[in-house]
Amino acid sequence: MLSRTADHLFWMSRYTERAENTARMLNVSYDTSMLPQPAEMARKDWMGVLSISELIPAYDRRHTQVTREGVLHFMVRDENNPSSIYSCLRAARENARAVRGALTSEVWETQNQTWLELNRQLQDGWFERDPMQFFEWVKYRSHLSRGVSLGTMLQDESFHFVRLGTFLERADNTARLLDVKFHAIENDYHGTDLRQVGQQQFDFYHWSAVLRSVSAFEVYRKVYRDVITPERVAELLILRRDMPRSLHASMHELMDNLRQVGHQEMSESLRSAGLLLAQLQYGRITEILDTGLHAYLTQFLDRVNLLGGQISRDFLAPELV
Amino acid sequence: MQKYDEMYTMLPFDGSDVRDHYKAYAQWLAQQPAQTMAARAAEAEMIFRRVGITFAVYGEKDASGAGTERLIPFDLIPRIIPGAEWTRMQAGLVQRVTALNRFIADIYHDQDILRAGIVPRDLIANNAQYRPEMVGVDVPRDIYAHIAGIDIVRARNARGEGEYFVLEDNLRVPSGVSYMLENRKMMMRLFPDLFTRHAVQPVAHYPDMLLDTLRASAPARAASDSATVVVLTPGMYNSAYFEHAFLAQQMGVELVEGPDLVVKDKVVYMRTTRGLQRVDVIYRRVDDDFLDPLVFRPNSTLGCAGLMDAYRAGNVTICNAVGTGVADDKSVYPYVPEMIRFYLGEEPILSNVPTWLCRKQDDLKYVLAHLHELVVKEVHGAGGYGMLIGPAATRTEIEDFRRALLANPAGYIAQPTLSLSSCPTMVDAGIAPRHIDLRPFVLSGETVRMAAGGLTRVALKDGSLVVNSSQGGGTKDTWVLNEQAQGQPSPELVQELGGMVQSMGGGW
Repeated sequence: MLSRTADHLFWMSRYTERAENTARMLNVSYDTSMLPQPAEMARKDWMGVLSISELIPAYDRRHTQVTREGVLHFMVRDENNPSSIYSCLRAARENARAVRGALTSEVWETQNQTWLELNRQLQDGWFERDPMQFFEWVKYRSHLSRGVSLGTMLQDESFHFVRLGTFLERADNTARLLDVKFHAIENDYHGTDLRQVGQQQFDFYHWSAVLRSVSAFEVYRKVYRDVITPERVAELLILRRDMPRSLHASMHELMDNLRQVGHQEMSESLRSAGLLLAQLQYGRITEILDTGLHAYLTQFLDRVNLLGGQISRDFLAPELV
Repeated sequence: MQKYDEMYTMLPFDGSDVRDHYKAYAQWLAQQPAQTMAARAAEAEMIFRRVGITFAVYGEKDASGAGTERLIPFDLIPRIIPGAEWTRMQAGLVQRVTALNRFIADIYHDQDILRAGIVPRDLIANNAQYRPEMVGVDVPRDIYAHIAGIDIVRARNARGEGEYFVLEDNLRVPSGVSYMLENRKMMMRLFPDLFTRHAVQPVAHYPDMLLDTLRASAPARAASDSATVVVLTPGMYNSAYFEHAFLAQQMGVELVEGPDLVVKDKVVYMRTTRGLQRVDVIYRRVDDDFLDPLVFRPNSTLGCAGLMDAYRAGNVTICNAVGTGVADDKSVYPYVPEMIRFYLGEEPILSNVPTWLCRKQDDLKYVLAHLHELVVKEVHGAGGYGMLIGPAATRTEIEDFRRALLANPAGYIAQPTLSLSSCPTMVDAGIAPRHIDLRPFVLSGETVRMAAGGLTRVALKDGSLVVNSSQGGGTKDTWVLNEQAQGQPSPELVQELGGMVQSMGGGW
């Protein structure tokens, strides 16, 4: 298939996944913001949301204060924020439109319908009236996009690039979310070695919020049948292959799809992805915590980013021989 | 003279007779409550929007600065053509397109028609669409206009009968066929029982015919049944992008943009995830000027450097050929009937609209004296722009045009204000006659053929003669009836229903 087509398909699903994860994160932050807490803590929470996508400078350019309303507006409907839900769904739809011929009509129409409804909702003030319902809607449109792709697309290269985009973005977004949430813990709540946390008072609400943001709250209970501890949250969301939004699961799916595209025996992308996956396959949470979670996640993010560039060079925008 | 209406023998149509071929439809329509038709129209609009059958309007932006996407209004009342009329029109189209292709081949080779003095030489020399780069270049089957969109109108002739005339030949990048196909799909979805009462000739096989035609034009080295065909599009911000993507998908071929192509050693390739893949035929929806920065406009990013080299070397076929525009110029149009006589030795089946060429002294004098009655067109205009419609123009507009004419007479032609035929159309006040035209799409490959009918465009404003979508026109489904098959359901409908035949009696 055309490299440019692969590029558009890849980014179509990346932007859809990004919109979903942004909605998840905002949903959780909004939820938490309704609990009684000191104003400063609330503000720090919202700053955390911005820092996940490295958007504090961009936000500061357009707002004087970090408030719930300001951050929500910025992250949901600001067209000048390329990572807002609005911008992501617009980009997803434009990428889909650029290659609508490579998609089944159901996949294209789903993407287009999401875009049309988004505009209607924002225009009619649905988001302001009921943010939680809006975030749910975004999540479910993303579920639907994946469902129609899986259900209707011929499983050729087009399909694999769509899947590649989803899982690369998921790995990236999940790592970011974990990094910020754990960083917040280290700095503000306890300030010391994470393994000491279990022995001190911990914020149940903070961790359950993290779990809910990746739909893992009930999953945690099922897997661990125990109280929520940060160590186990980290393990579940990084190393558990059977947890669909974990880093391990995301990289596993990514590898699966990467193997099906291209023609080289061992492309650079495959090599880099393989190394990342092996770390997760054979890693132990205690070793990760020894390294320091922040250090580990930062390195993971760097590598995922490099992998994205590699995939681009190998398939999407190859240099002419 | 009174306007010719496709459905009614006389206007206004209250109480007037319905023409034979519309009788079944008229009966059905009379049984439909007004709300049903309005509801179906809303349904159609919603579906078109969801499927994204929109086009971008140049120069229009919404509040956020993004370009707007508009739907082309679709009217639910079909334009119906009796089979026998179509048979004759089809023969006339085959004849005309054949002659046009012969003309273009002649212009770029021996120029017999110029030497015979039938077409003035300067018409070619001064023609911006004439491409010296194509002189002496042999193209497969000597076909230049593989896809021709011939605009046909009906008007009353001198005897008062409704006759078909060719208004314009579009031989460069004719568009609109995707609307023909989508309109038919929509009609079958909204009104399946109409298709059991009428045997409408199918059109859904057009993409197959198109692919066949493109493949048949492949260079000799490529086996035609496996030649690699691509559709070259300027990209998704082009107003006709939906059609490019649609046709590529229906034919099962790649949709490419300039940067996807590369020429190496005079061979065209496209960049794929598995390396370079050779391209044999390019169905290009990009104008000549933008095709090759090494030969035409140097700053174009829509084409591919070296494409003309590969083309002239016979390693790739471009459809429609480069330089085809030399024949669809308004200054050449008046000579098409002569081309038919010269190349085919036949009398034209389809007539031109009577035309005055302002480059001729006598014609210019007549035109200047009758500006308020005539339609004056720029020879190099397109899309309904740069036109004067005398009877509808203000004094100032007429004077401005007079000045323009005197400054550059050779740049204009004039035609009588044809009273185009009308067809009942759904408007705010109910159903009213609106002017229509027809654009059949003629394919020239191994043979010259086409899907029955074409795109009917309708001017939605009362009295307006401008049917172009970019200026507010709409479209209708075109039905060519298969009188022999009357009583049997249309093959397309049978296909849609999975082979089960519906036999519904009365209305809804």
